[in-house]
Amino acid sequence: MTDTRLETIIGNLLRAGVMLAAALVFGGGVWYLAEHGGAEVSYGRFTDPGGLRALFQLSAPQVLILAGLLVLIATPVARVVFSLAAFALERDWQYVALTAIVLGVLVYSITAGI
Amino acid sequence: MTVAAFSAVVFAVSAAAGFLGSLTGLGGGVVVTPALTLLGVELHYAMGASLVSVIATSSGAAAAYVKEGFSNVRAGMFLEIATTIGAVVGAHLTGVMPARALQALFGGVLLYTAWQALARRGERRGKPPDPLAERLQLNGTYPEEGERVPYRVARVKAGFSLMFGAGLISGLLGIGSGAMKVIAMDQIMGFPFKVSTTTSNFMIGVTAAASAGIYLGHGYVQPGLAMPVMLGVLAGSLAGGRRLPGAGTQALRFLFAAAVGVLAAEMLYNSIAGGAR
Repeated sequence: MTDTRLETIIGNLLRAGVMLAAALVFGGGVWYLAEHGGAEVSYGRFTDPGGLRALFQLSAPQVLILAGLLVLIATPVARVVFSLAAFALERDWQYVALTAIVLGVLVYSITAGI
Repeated sequence: MTVAAFSAVVFAVSAAAGFLGSLTGLGGGVVVTPALTLLGVELHYAMGASLVSVIATSSGAAAAYVKEGFSNVRAGMFLEIATTIGAVVGAHLTGVMPARALQALFGGVLLYTAWQALARRGERRGKPPDPLAERLQLNGTYPEEGERVPYRVARVKAGFSLMFGAGLISGLLGIGSGAMKVIAMDQIMGFPFKVSTTTSNFMIGVTAAASAGIYLGHGYVQPGLAMPVMLGVLAGSLAGGRRLPGAGTQALRFLFAAAVGVLAAEMLYNSIAGGAR
């Protein structure tokens, strides 16, 4: 039963995370359209951004959108962290280990990207 | 087209994809990417925007799914080892695979999705329970008419392997690959269908997050493009609710299959004709 209750709390936290992300993206989007709405779109050709340097070329509203996207990407990661804590509370060391592997892969992906 | 007009069109298309995706239970991510390429967006940018929207629908629906008591947290976590590793491999491969190969693969996945939308699900046959499932605590119960019905899981290794494939496709194409995850759980491992769909929903978000870091590093995620896609898919899927496919949605499934079929043809045509932008 505590399992379900904990899952409910986690589920609600995730939804709050998505809503926060959506609010940031929406706010950044309105700002972005106000500043760049009249420009021509240019997603037709892929240009290698050359790593992190690309982030410094983003305008302020784009950075706000990106912040929202990062909050969004963090929500499933947070879910895994919460699950790890929950399994530790239950003293289910087998699943603490299995969850740690998943978390390790996620941390690798984030660090490999940056 | 101006950024404002383009954003409005992309929002509308993404909302329609999210709406149909949630009504049919097949997810909208797989439709967003080819729709964006039709609008002239380069494939990798489209994949980046789609991947982000996949996370939004997965995490957004988590609270509602948990309340129903179907999802199997341990099974999800165990299988996520396979899907996240697959996703990381797939996301890395996008950097070296030619766009035409990705388009061809995408076309194949779309054709399969269209077929999935039309196919009637067959009865699960009884498979011998796997002792490994006992050791990994994968067996569980699900609610039915006020009671908890126990189930036992089969073919753990085969299911785990297929999950690696699902993760690989997810990372390669920037989609959730929920249909493949459901098949691995439902058809291969013998999880009850509703346990498979709800648990798969959890796994989609974690799997996509495993690709997201690498996609960001490769510059696939363009904030200006991801903005209308994420907001559109989220709004569409919230409006669509999470109704399971039933008799009333038969016409919608047909519509969805037709749309996916057209997009599959477009992807395959681009791949062959070299129309890659």
